[in-house]
Formats: sequence, C-alpha cells, structure tokens
Amino acid sequence: MAKAAKTNRPTLDELKEMYVKMVVTRRMEEGLFPEHRAGNIRGPIHTCNGQEASAIGATAVLRKDDLVSTTHRGHGHMIGKGVPARGILAEIYGRETGLCRGRAGHMLMADLENGLLGTSAIVGGGPPYAVGQALAFQCQGSDRVAMSCFGDGAAQNGMVHEAMNVAGLWKLPVVFLCEHNMYGLTVPSSSQSPIADISDRAAGYDMPGVKVDGNDVVAVYQAAAEAVARARRGDGPTLLETKTYRMVGFSTTDIGGYQPEEEIAAWAKRDPIKRLREILGKDLKPKELDAMDAEAQGIVDDAYEFAKTSPETPLDDLYVPEYAEVEAAHG
Amino acid sequence: MAELRYAEALNQALDEEMARDEGVILLGEDIGNYGGVFRVTKDLQEKYGKSRVRDTPISEQVIAGMAIGASMMGMKPVAEIMFADFLPLVIDALVNQASMMNYSWAGQVTIPFVLRTQGGAGAGAAAQHSKSLEAMVTHIPGIKVVMPTTPADAKGLLKSAIRDPNPVVFLEHKMLYNTKGEVPDGEHLVPIGKAKVVREGDDVTIVATSRMAILAEEAAELLAKDGISCEVIDPRTLRPLDVETIVASVEKTHRAIVVNEAWRFGGYGAEVAATIAEMAFDWLDAPVGRIGIHDLAIPFAKPLEAAAIPDAGRIAEAVRETLA
Ligand SMILES: Cc1ncc(C[n+]2csc(CCOP(=O)(O)OP(=O)(O)O)c2C)c(N)n1
Ligand SMILES: [Mg+2]
Repeated sequence: MAKAAKTNRPTLDELKEMYVKMVVTRRMEEGLFPEHRAGNIRGPIHTCNGQEASAIGATAVLRKDDLVSTTHRGHGHMIGKGVPARGILAEIYGRETGLCRGRAGHMLMADLENGLLGTSAIVGGGPPYAVGQALAFQCQGSDRVAMSCFGDGAAQNGMVHEAMNVAGLWKLPVVFLCEHNMYGLTVPSSSQSPIADISDRAAGYDMPGVKVDGNDVVAVYQAAAEAVARARRGDGPTLLETKTYRMVGFSTTDIGGYQPEEEIAAWAKRDPIKRLREILGKDLKPKELDAMDAEAQGIVDDAYEFAKTSPETPLDDLYVPEYAEVEAAHG
Repeated sequence: MAELRYAEALNQALDEEMARDEGVILLGEDIGNYGGVFRVTKDLQEKYGKSRVRDTPISEQVIAGMAIGASMMGMKPVAEIMFADFLPLVIDALVNQASMMNYSWAGQVTIPFVLRTQGGAGAGAAAQHSKSLEAMVTHIPGIKVVMPTTPADAKGLLKSAIRDPNPVVFLEHKMLYNTKGEVPDGEHLVPIGKAKVVREGDDVTIVATSRMAILAEEAAELLAKDGISCEVIDPRTLRPLDVETIVASVEKTHRAIVVNEAWRFGGYGAEVAATIAEMAFDWLDAPVGRIGIHDLAIPFAKPLEAAAIPDAGRIAEAVRETLA
C-alpha cells in the first residue's frame, strides 16, 4: 500500500477556508437535532460529526467543475464542494428554495452548478454512476475528475466492487473516497469485513490504495491532492481510505448502545476541528481564530433563517410532466 | 390473546418458529445485537445465539443468494432486506435463481426461505426509502408474496411463511410497526392464499392491501354516514391471490375499487383490477377503479408526500365516482 506523499501542503489560506467549512458543517449539523426533535424537520437525519476533516479535506482539492457524489452522510462533502448552506438547509426543511425544491430531502440532494452530483442513500449505489461520470470525462477528453464518497459498510456491497474493477480496468478519472468510520449502521466493521483496511483491496483493482488519518485534515488534503492529480493526468483511479469515527449515532432514529463509551472518549480527543485549530494557532492569534468561528456561525445562522422563512414547496410540484421534454433532451 | 404491536407480533412469530425448528436461521443487516432497525428481531440473537441470528455485511445480493442456497440444503432461512426499496438489488436472486429451481430442476429441490422486507411512504424518508414495489415480486412465478395488515395476521402469516416449502416474500409496512391489535398466543397460523373480508357491505367492494386496507375501512366509515355500504377485502396474500373471495364479493356488490400504495402503472392493483374484469365481467355495473400513489418519485417535503399517498378521502371519492 502506498503511503500518502508529504507534498501538496495546503497554504494558510486554504487551511483557513477548510477550518471555516468544517465549523460550518459542525454547527449546521448540531442545529438539526433540536429542530428534528421539535418536529420542524423530518425523516432520518445523518450527520458527519467527527468526520469533517475527511469530507472537507478531500473535497478541498477539487475544482468547481469536478464532481462529488456522496451518501446519506454527505453534508461535509456538500459544504466542502462549495454548495451553499442555505440551499442545503432549505432542502432539509422541505422548502421551495432548497437545492431540489424540497423534492429530494436530506438524503438525496444534488447541485449541478457546484458539482454535487449527487447523493444516494442506497448504500453502494453511488460508485457505479460516479464511474460513469468518469467514463464520460474520459470519452470527452476532459481533465475533470469524479470523486465518489462512500462508507466502510458500503465497501461490502457488490456494486462498489464492480465499480472499482471497471475503473481500474479502464483507468478512469475517479477517486474512491472510503470514509471508514468503524460502523455500518450499528454493526462494527470488524463484523462486516475480514480485513481492517479497505484500501488493501486496491491491489485487486490495480490502483493505489492509500490509508490516511481521516481526522487530520492536512493528511487527507495531501492524499486527495495526489489522487486527484493522478486521475486528472489520466493515470486512473485511487482508493483513498480515511480512518475516522462517527461521534454521534447513525441517525436521528438511532437508539444507540452499541458504540462503547471508551471508544467515543478516545476519539473525542482526536476531534478534527480542535486539531486544525491547534495547527492554525501557530500562525494566527486567538482573536483571528475566534473571528473564523464567528464567520462560520454567521453562515449557519443565516442559512437557518433563510430556510425557516422560505415558502413551502407548492403542491403544483406534484403535477409536473413525468418525462423531460424530448426536444430539450436533444439540445 | 394479548395486545401486541405489529413489530412485536412478528418478533413472536420468529421466536416461536425458531424454538420449534432448529433449521430456522435469521440473516440480515443490524438484526443481531441491535435487534433490527424496526425492532422485529429484538432479543433473538441473545436467545438463539450468533450462529442462528447473523448480522450480515451490507450485501443484499448475497443475503438473498445465501438464503436460497441454505434453504435448498435443508435450512429455513428468514432473510431481512431492510427496505423494500432495496428489492431491486436482490431481484436476480428471486427472478433468475429461486423462481426456477424447483420447476426447472424437476422437483429435485425445494427452496423454503422467507425474505422479509418493509415498504411504504409516510415517514418523510423520500424517494429511496418509501416505495411499494410489490409488483416486482408478484410478477415472479413460483414465489409467494404475503402482505399482512394487522398484528394478528402478521404473526399468523409469518409462521405459515416459514413453514411453507416455497420461497415467500413477506412485505411489511413501516407505518404499521407501531399499530396495536389482539394477537392469539402460541400456535396461530393464518393460511397463505386466503383473503379476509374486513367489513361486509353491499354497494361496492374495496380490495385494499396493507396500510391501504386500514384507510379503506376509514373510507367505508365515512361513506356509511351517507348510506353507502362498502365491503372491504384485504387479500393478505398477493400471490397466489384469493380470486374466489374477491369475485364472490363483486358478484354481490357489482362494483369494485382496488387500493394499493404502489405506483398504478403496471402495478399490483392493475393485476387485481384485470382479474376482476376478467372473472366478474357480467356482474360489473361500472369500470373497476384503481388508486395508487402518485406516479413520480416519492417527494420529501411533507405536504407533497402527504398529497401523493392515497388517503381515506380519496378512496371515498373514488367510491362515489364508481357509484355515480
Ligand atoms: C442497499 C442498502 N442497504 C442498506 C441500507 C440501510 N443503511 C443505510 S446507511 C447504512 C450503513 C452504511 O454504512 P457505511 O457505508 O459505513 O456508511 P456510514 O453510515 O457509516 O457513513 C445502512 C445499512 C441502505 N440504505 N441501502
Ligand atoms: Mg461507516
């Protein structure tokens, strides 16, 4: 297994941007739980609390015209890719101003303009179409890259194997980001896979398998930068595995009881936001760090206000044509 | 008799059948230590051990495939597919494998497994976690499809399904798990292939499946106030369908509405409507009505989702139209 190279160090400005995005993700998600309990939002809500470094670090290296596809646990990838918090929250509130007019909901969002395409809550359902996106880029002679995010649980699904095999075979410009948070729903990954590191499988697909500390945003950024550069050059896919941990339950429906207290406590010490704050503390004054926290909070507050005051999606949205216009589809 | 929730009734059925037959094993995601995301397999791993109650990886195709292989070797697997929306992932196992084995191999093997799953809208779970895909499985010869509405039927049908020598797809509904009802203790078997007349009436027959059967009863209540008498039939088994009970009812009422939560086009309701038209044509005074969920991906936003799902008002309206 290849070691992540120590090149591609993010600049201070990039670190600052990632910090703000990580805090935006955290604060935005923290706000969802009380809103769900109050009945203001519905459906199961999954958060990436504790995994922000993986999501933000990996997407930070993508261009606006690159694509990211994600799962039910995708808020970090969305914020990282530049999807506005306003559109995300308005979608979660089922509002007309949501990314998908409230039709898709929290688990299925897409934002073409910002390269979020898309979100699937069918575990393992995303990688096959990400490979297809990469196939299109290859056919079109473009240097765009598709990043496919999925979990350790999804790695056990046949669709993911098929996707990685084809990508390795045809050297497609795709980065497989496996966020290993140690659980697939309530079942520990040790009960789902005979091996601890999913990246070990990369050899079977003839692609580099890279394992990094998923709570270290710099390490994730560097490994992702190399994987994306490789894909952009036309050298093919990478399986990048970020070792991280889901600090809260699986979703709002989780009754818990299966994540050992000691395990949670140990990972709390490795909180990715605190760690990045320490790194930034070497270059920035506490006041500057606080200002970044305030900036993030401002973005989140504004987005909640926007979502809550937006109009509900009208019932007319049920009575739209079933098919895309034939003429439009042919350009 | 005890008052049980639908999920508890299913749990009781599994418990009793596991105690009765050592060949019964459970396979599925989060069914062991956690007891299932809908609590149907609660405490069963503790009681019967990790060998018989197995948490599987998130690998639907092999969950279904293993159930087939183990069943042909004498086990009685009960596999859980967490959402009916994931049935498309196991459809090869059902349509290309399980359905042909007994017939094409000239009776050398039987495939006695049960594949439990749950569908239905109403929980704000959106397009990939709310569907009713019964038509995908009722299309397949050689596979029985069961869809209980009440806790008592849930228990009795699951026990029968486990004892059945054929593959049985067992369809639950997420909005029914917490509904309560009287459930007979111990040996309570509901025969597969037998419909239930939930309410007797003279003016129109409403054939309604799963949660829709409950809404059909509500509609019948509403209509009774206007002097319209509805007979409500819950098929309980979708395949093989109890045509006799349905036709006998239509011969009495001369009108029929089919209510099924799935998409209408090519849906299960179409099969029932066509069967009625074929078998009871001479008795019909109006075309057979058909109600289903709105024919688009199920939307997330609450008002949209609510408007997409059939409700008692819409069923009552359809009954009035058929009588007009
Ligand atoms: C095909 C499929 N099977 C099962 C599920 C139910 N489910 C949703 S998320 C999940 C766990 C996914 O685990 P992992 O891939 O590790 O992602 P994580 O939730 O840990 O981010 C399961 C089993 C699903 N949505 N789709
Ligand atoms: Mg996981």
